[in-house]
Amino acid sequence: MNRSTLAIALAGSLATALAMAAPVAAQQSDKERCFGVSMAGKNDCAAGPGTTCAGTSKVDYQGNAWKYVAKGTCTTMMTPHGPGSLTAVKRPA
Amino acid sequence: MDAMSQARFAAALLDPDMGVPEEVATPENGRFAVYRNNVVAGLATALATRFPAVETIVGSEFFAAMAGVFVRRHPPRSPVMHEYGDAFPGFIETFPPAAGLTFLPDVARLEWARGVAYHAADTAPIDPGVLTRLAPDALPGLRIALHPSLAAIASDHPIRTIWAMNSGDGEATPIERWEPEEVLVVRPHEDVLVRLLPPGGAAFVAMLATDRPLGEAAAGAARPGFDLAGALALLIGTGSIVAVRTDPSSEERS
Repeated sequence: MNRSTLAIALAGSLATALAMAAPVAAQQSDKERCFGVSMAGKNDCAAGPGTTCAGTSKVDYQGNAWKYVAKGTCTTMMTPHGPGSLTAVKRPA
Repeated sequence: MDAMSQARFAAALLDPDMGVPEEVATPENGRFAVYRNNVVAGLATALATRFPAVETIVGSEFFAAMAGVFVRRHPPRSPVMHEYGDAFPGFIETFPPAAGLTFLPDVARLEWARGVAYHAADTAPIDPGVLTRLAPDALPGLRIALHPSLAAIASDHPIRTIWAMNSGDGEATPIERWEPEEVLVVRPHEDVLVRLLPPGGAAFVAMLATDRPLGEAAAGAARPGFDLAGALALLIGTGSIVAVRTDPSSEERS
């Protein structure tokens, strides 16, 4: 196969692939990230600069650490520092 | 405790034949035995949490025994528990009592890949619109950057079917068509996806992952049943592509 034949074959495959893949693009999840609710060391990810995610939060209810919770339940969770949040929050250290 | 006694302590923890280290010996020596037992049982439980389908397949008693042997032979090298168990699939392969379950190591590899994907860094998938604007001439030399959570596993066995049946997705039933399956594991957003690749798909993904151009990867993966459009559709649809890079010299070389 010379280069231009290959290019045309690849272009055909990519066009087909894009047509096939389009409907899956918008994905829904039954979970959401809830900041400020996890116990120390029990976060799923994002505990701030210099950490590699899961299990690295240092204190209970750390505001920049999140945990996966069932969708719609995050902001109804009460902690000693207020409810859970869908974005990073400030918590007393 | 000096370094020598620490090493003796650690070795004795995993080897009952070594007896109780003198530094911690008590008249009845029972306390060390309790601790020794807890260390192995705790690590075996961590493995069961990490490899739930393997445990379902072999049963909890078999799993606990197999994990006990593994833990003594491969103690953790990191205090981070989610990094423990990468050697477990390879160990199962060499564990004689499990030799009859030829598919088990690959099911374990799939479960390991799911855990790795879960803890991998977040990266936003590419906007598929970028792909629609690529010139055909740029495609053979196109480099495709894949999601950091992505893994592809090729097996001689129907591992996705076996894994799904033993992961709470319906009942385990006899498998009528025992065919090789290749699996894509990726976590583009919140959930880890486990999808079936076409034959050759894992080789295709492996070549893209090592920065080989699209034309070369497509040629290298070609085999009966390989479906390039299907493989690309899966990568795009699952959000597995995070960036593309065109080869600046491709136009002149054509």
